[in-house]
Amino acid sequence: MHIIVYIKQTFDTEAQIAVDSNGKIDSNGVHFVVNPYDEYAIEEGVRLKEKFGGDVTVITMGGNRAQDALRTALAMGADKAVLIDDSALEKTDEWVTANVLTQAVASLPYDVIFTGRMAIDDGSGQVGVRVAENLHIPSVTNAVKIEINEKSAVVTQEIDGGTASLEVSLPAVFTAQKGLNDPRYPSVAGMMKAKRKELKKISLTDLGLEKEKLVAKMTVGKYAVSAARQAGKKLQGSSAQQVAELVNLLKTEVKAF
Amino acid sequence: MAKGIWIIIEHNQGKIRKVSLELLSQARKMAAQSGEALTAVVLGENVQKLVSEISAYGADKIILAEEPRLAEYTTGAYTSVLNKMIRQEEPRAVLFGHTGMSRDLAPRLAQRLGVGVASDCIGMELAEKTFLQFKRPVYAGKAFAAVAAENCPVMATIRPNTFAVAEPDSSLQAEVAAYSVEIDPQDIWSVIKDVAVAVSKRPELTDANIIVSGGRGMQGPENFALLEALADTMGAAVGASRVAVDAGWLDHEFQVGQTGKTVSPTLYIACGISGAIQHLAGMNSSRYIVAINKDPEANIFNVADYGIVGDLFEIVPLLTQEIKAAVK
Ligand SMILES: Cc1cc2nc3c(=O)[nH]c(=O)nc-3n(C[C@H](O)[C@H](O)[C@H](O)COP(=O)(O)OP(=O)(O)OC[C@H]3O[C@@H](n4cnc5c(N)ncnc54)[C@H](O)[C@@H]3O)c2cc1C
Ligand SMILES: Cc1cc2nc3c(=O)[nH]c(=O)nc-3n(C[C@H](O)[C@H](O)[C@H](O)COP(=O)(O)OP(=O)(O)OC[C@H]3O[C@@H](n4cnc5c(N)ncnc54)[C@H](O)[C@@H]3O)c2cc1C
Repeated sequence: MHIIVYIKQTFDTEAQIAVDSNGKIDSNGVHFVVNPYDEYAIEEGVRLKEKFGGDVTVITMGGNRAQDALRTALAMGADKAVLIDDSALEKTDEWVTANVLTQAVASLPYDVIFTGRMAIDDGSGQVGVRVAENLHIPSVTNAVKIEINEKSAVVTQEIDGGTASLEVSLPAVFTAQKGLNDPRYPSVAGMMKAKRKELKKISLTDLGLEKEKLVAKMTVGKYAVSAARQAGKKLQGSSAQQVAELVNLLKTEVKAF
Repeated sequence: MAKGIWIIIEHNQGKIRKVSLELLSQARKMAAQSGEALTAVVLGENVQKLVSEISAYGADKIILAEEPRLAEYTTGAYTSVLNKMIRQEEPRAVLFGHTGMSRDLAPRLAQRLGVGVASDCIGMELAEKTFLQFKRPVYAGKAFAAVAAENCPVMATIRPNTFAVAEPDSSLQAEVAAYSVEIDPQDIWSVIKDVAVAVSKRPELTDANIIVSGGRGMQGPENFALLEALADTMGAAVGASRVAVDAGWLDHEFQVGQTGKTVSPTLYIACGISGAIQHLAGMNSSRYIVAINKDPEANIFNVADYGIVGDLFEIVPLLTQEIKAAVK
């Protein structure tokens, strides 16, 4: 079974966000991680390989430092890695990203493709589904359980208020939701092995793409950092007094009831 | 020339989702300002009965796409129908609630149409060149981006609880158009095996106006009954921190935070939650935050409008009792 996992390198979840003088998000001093949802995607890919044989290829589009994310995935058990790095990719949106990522698998065999349900930085949650559309294959978002049969899969997805199970034919794209599995930590042995695994760096030209045709549909104007919330007041007195005051505030200020 | 603002209506068991009413309410004002017509689009089976309610929120036109194969949402069938409808009618803007369905549907549809989508927006306004401009949170709400698209239609998914629901006016009547549904067989690529939606008397977390949430301080799953009792006095939803979910006390669907749900209720009551940055990311945009925590130094107090330093096992039952008395 040939498995593709798209991963994105993102800011650490603890990162403080600042905007630089050009109105862009400042990445100076930020610690980068594999997008948390993509860890579930990698883990599921490696488990499928362990069960059915085959290989796992991880692909990322990003700058040179995104190699670290690929090495992490290789240490978790992926077999090959591809970095799409091109200076022309600075101004991308989900449409451009999906088109580039689609082209990256045009010459590869695949049975199952994984992405995370969303990237925790831009957080649009569109890329996986858009790739599936480009490839004319099914997609199931928010997967929390995947059972692969010969040529099809039964996938349980989280929907609002519950779950739904769907059967789709393969190949297909699945976007990973928390709960799909417990991602393993890359072991020291895994990290040593990862150093010897193939990590290919390619550009848009290698993919046969012309940057003139990759014009973003969405334009981002300014970024602004959210105003920090102000600490309000701690209520005073005995528990009964505090509760009475809170109920009063909920009634008069919040108008909760 | 493309025209009109479309709202894709979401409904379940004959009930329109609150976010769809929020969108109708807001888009009606924008339609009036821009001189565009407001159209509500409904896909499903037996959806005729939703007409009067949608009319009351001021839609000029309602397009009904009725078909047994649209009774349950599937990506393939819904994309196929909307893609054709949009190509025929050429709306200027298509808006969705940012719900499980739209997160699946909007990017698929947009890719087929070759357009962008602004996801999970928490603001929108009319703009000269691009018709609409959106505000969307990035980095888990730590920053915002202003985004726009010159493509047509302009597409966006809007976070629930972003806009207020207007007073319905039952004297209003929209023009109703039946759409003749054709679905390409190749677009039916999934077979539904099972749908399990918990029948809960409590609202969905992302729709809820009030949320009562518990963390590690709850000590075990059995104690969530305390929060449920409190929630039920106010028609609230129950949520949890990741620690409570990872310990198996509640299902993941109840997790609030960066790797859980993003919520923006009017009131969020955090009980036994320390206020880790990843939890705040999911609930920071609540209008009011109440924290109940026995540690006066807990981070949650830095974002809470009202804080009670105390033992939740004492405070929560008291609060439930007092609110019960107050609403009587
Ligand atoms: C004008 C402009 C400038 C921008 N500049 C940058 C920039 O400099 N750097 C930047 O990173 N983004 C930039 N973006 C945003 C970015 O290109 C897209 O929004 C993003 O690539 C896709 O959306 P997302 O991150 O929300 O992914 P989602 O759709 O939320 O991601 C879902 C999943 O798709 C996969 N995925 C997403 N992106 C990638 C990727 N790059 N490689 C492999 N897999 C992926 C992952 O599995 C991920 O879990 C810019 C956007 C605009 C409009
Ligand atoms: C990649 C990543 C993603 C994450 N995503 C999320 C997420 O989506 N959501 C999320 O919540 N977390 C998330 N986390 C975890 C987060 O970092 C914290 O570990 C978590 O939020 C802490 O949960 P808590 O507040 O319930 O527990 P704790 O931090 O242990 O806090 C418990 C609090 O309860 C108080 N308490 C204890 N007993 C009582 C009592 N009797 N009465 C009153 N107060 C009491 C204590 O004083 C303490 O403040 C994520 C972490 C990572 C690394």
